[in-house]
Amino acid sequence: MTASAPASRNTYRNGPDEFGRFGMFGGRFVAETLMPLILEVEKAYSAAKADPKFAEEMEYYRKHYIGRPSPLYFAPRLTEHFGGAKIYLKRDELNHTGSHKINNCMGQILLAKRMGKKRIIAETGAGQHGVATATACALFNLPCTVYMGETDIARQQPNVFRMKLLGAEVVPVKSGTRTLKDAMNEALRDWVANVESTFYIIGTVAGPHPYPTLVRDFQSIIGEEVRWQMAEAEGRLPDSLVACIGGGSNAMGLFHPFLDDASVQIYGVEAGGDGVETGRHAASLTGGRPGVLHGNRTYLLQNEDGQITDAHSISAGLDYPGIGPEHAWLHDMKRVNYVSATDKEALEAFQLLSKLEGIIPALEPSHALAYVSKIAPKLPKDHLLVMNLCGRGDKDIFAVAEHLGVKL
Amino acid sequence: MTTTRIERRFAALRAANRGGLVTFITAGDPDYALSLDLLRQLPAAGADVIELGMPFTDPMADGPAIQASSLRALRSGMSLRKTLQLVTEFRKDDDNTPIILMGYYNPIYSYGVPAFLKDAKVAGVDGLIVVDLPPEEDEELCIPALKSGLNFIRLATPTTDDKRLPTVLRNTSGFVYYVSIAGITGTRSAASGDVSAAVARLKRHTDLPVAVGFGVKTADQAAAIARVADAAVVGSALVSRIAAHVSEDGSASSKAVEDTLALVRELSAGVRRARQ
Ligand SMILES: Cc1ncc(COP(=O)(O)O)c(C=O)c1O
Repeated sequence: MTASAPASRNTYRNGPDEFGRFGMFGGRFVAETLMPLILEVEKAYSAAKADPKFAEEMEYYRKHYIGRPSPLYFAPRLTEHFGGAKIYLKRDELNHTGSHKINNCMGQILLAKRMGKKRIIAETGAGQHGVATATACALFNLPCTVYMGETDIARQQPNVFRMKLLGAEVVPVKSGTRTLKDAMNEALRDWVANVESTFYIIGTVAGPHPYPTLVRDFQSIIGEEVRWQMAEAEGRLPDSLVACIGGGSNAMGLFHPFLDDASVQIYGVEAGGDGVETGRHAASLTGGRPGVLHGNRTYLLQNEDGQITDAHSISAGLDYPGIGPEHAWLHDMKRVNYVSATDKEALEAFQLLSKLEGIIPALEPSHALAYVSKIAPKLPKDHLLVMNLCGRGDKDIFAVAEHLGVKL
Repeated sequence: MTTTRIERRFAALRAANRGGLVTFITAGDPDYALSLDLLRQLPAAGADVIELGMPFTDPMADGPAIQASSLRALRSGMSLRKTLQLVTEFRKDDDNTPIILMGYYNPIYSYGVPAFLKDAKVAGVDGLIVVDLPPEEDEELCIPALKSGLNFIRLATPTTDDKRLPTVLRNTSGFVYYVSIAGITGTRSAASGDVSAAVARLKRHTDLPVAVGFGVKTADQAAAIARVADAAVVGSALVSRIAAHVSEDGSASSKAVEDTLALVRELSAGVRRARQ
C-alpha cells in the first residue's frame, strides 16, 4: 500500500477522510475502552466547529489571553548575516506561556468544557505543552495531571516548577526511555482508567483521529496570520516556510494554510541528534518507516521486529520516535521537504539568534534556524522566507549552559 | 464439520459444566527456554486456553507487571518470529490446547500481515487478540485473519454500550473477552455483581462464550468469575510470579517454572470447584 494516489480535487487540504486517514496514514488504533470516547470527541468537535459561539470564544481568548496575533517580524541582522533571503520570524514565542502550544490547549480545553469533562490530563516533553495545559486548567479551574518522562524532568526543571506553580500535578514517568513517548503511553493508560471524567489534551498533531485534525485546526491560526501579515508587509505570499518538527504541530499550523499555494516551498526540520547517519536521532521521516503507535499509522523509528527504538535529541520537545500522520502523507506526496538539523547545529543557531536579534529561541525552533542558515545564503535577496519561532529559550538556558560547559 | 480448537475447548467445558481457566504469559519472559518449559506444562497444571503475549516496547493498555514482562522478553532477544517458533515447538506435543496470541499491532504490521497470518497458522496459532485494533480498523487484520481461518477475539469493555456492542461483536469469533474494568491490566478488580450483569448483557447479544479478565488474581476471584462466565483470564498475577524469580541481570532461578505452575494449579482448582 502506498500513499501515491493524487489528492482529490487538486488540494492537499481536504484530509482526513471519514476514517481519519491521510492517504494510508492516521486512523484510530486505540483500545476498545477509548473508542466510544474518541467517537464522542469527534462529534463534539464537529458541533463546536459549526457553532459560531465556539469561534467567538476562541477569538476572545486568542486576543485577550494568548496575545494574538503574534508579530511577523522582519529580522534585519539575521538577513544581513546570511546575505540572501529576507528572513521573517513568526513570533509565536511571544504567546502567553512562551510557545505555540497554548493555541492548541485553549481550543481543546474549550472543547473539554463543552463535553462536560471534569479533569484534564496531558503528556509533555519539553514541558511547554504541560505548562500551556496547566495554564489553561488554572484559567478554567479544572484539575490537571501532566505526565513527563524522568529524563525530561531532569533537563527541563524550570518548566516542572512552572507547572506546579500553576497547580498541576506532574507525574514522573519511569518506563521505557523516560521521554515523551513514554509520557504519552502513561497518559493513555490514565485515560483508559478514567475515561468517563477525563479529557486528554494531546500536545501535537498525533494520536488517534480526530486529534491530528483538531490540533492542526487550532494551530492553523499561525499560518493564517502569516498570510495576511505578509500581504501587509510585502504585498504577496512568502516564498518559503521553515519549521521544526517534534510531532509536527507548530509546523502544521504554519504550513497548512499554504499547502495549495504551489509557489510556496515548505521545509520541515526534524531533530538530527548526533547526525542521522549515526542512528542517534529523532528524524522519523528521514530515518524511520511506516508503523502504528499511539493511535495512528505514521513513520516511526523502529527495529526490524517493529519494536519502537529510542529517539535522541538535545531538545526534549523533538525527542519523539514518531511524527503526525498528515506530515507522513505530505512527505510521501512530496509536497513538503523534510530535512534535519543536528544537536550541534541547533546549539549554534541558538546562540546566533540570541546575539544577532536579541531573541533567545527555544532549542526546538533552533533546529529550524539551523536549516535556515543552510539555505538562506544561497537564496536571492527578494526571496521571502518565514521561519516559525515557536518557542522562547528561557526553559533551555540551564541545559544549554551545561552543553557549552558553562557553570551557572 | 470443521471446528476450531477454541470451539472444541469451550464445547468440552460446557459439557463438563465448568468455567475454564485462560492463562496469559508473555512469550520469551524472561527468556525463550524458560518460557517454552513453562508453556509446555501449563495445560497439565490446569490451563484450558493459553494466551501468549507478543512482546512490545510500548504496551499502552498494560499495567506495570505486563510492561515489565514484555521488556524482560525483549531484553532476552525475543521477537515475533521467535514467538511463532515457540508455538511451533509447543504444538509438537499438544494439539488440543488453544493458543491465542495477544498484543499490539505494530510488530505484526512490521512482519507483514499476509506473511504473519500464514506463519501463525502453520505454527498452530488459533486466534488473535490485538488491543489497538478496534472494529473501526477491521480491514487491517481482523478480516484477513478470519479469511485465513484464525479466530479474531475482540475485547468488550464497560464503555462498550448496547448501541456499540453489535459493532464490536460483528467480526468476533472464538469467544468474547470481557475487560471487566475501564483500565489497564493488573490494577483494579471488578465487583462480582458488576461482572455477572455485564456477562448477562453480553449473552443477550451473542452466543459466543464469554471470558472475563483484568484484575483477576486469586483462585477465589477466578472461581467467582467461572460461576457467571465461560472462563476467567489471569495474566498479571502469573507474570508477577515469574518476575519474583528473576534477578536484576534477567536470569531466572530454577523455581520460576514450578512456582508459576503452582499458582496455575490453585487457579484451576478455583474454577473447577466454582459451580459445584
Ligand atoms: C517550543 C517548541 N517547539 C516545538 C515543539 C515540538 O512540537 P511540535 O512539533 O508539535 O510543534 C515543542 C514541544 O515541546 C516546543 O516546546
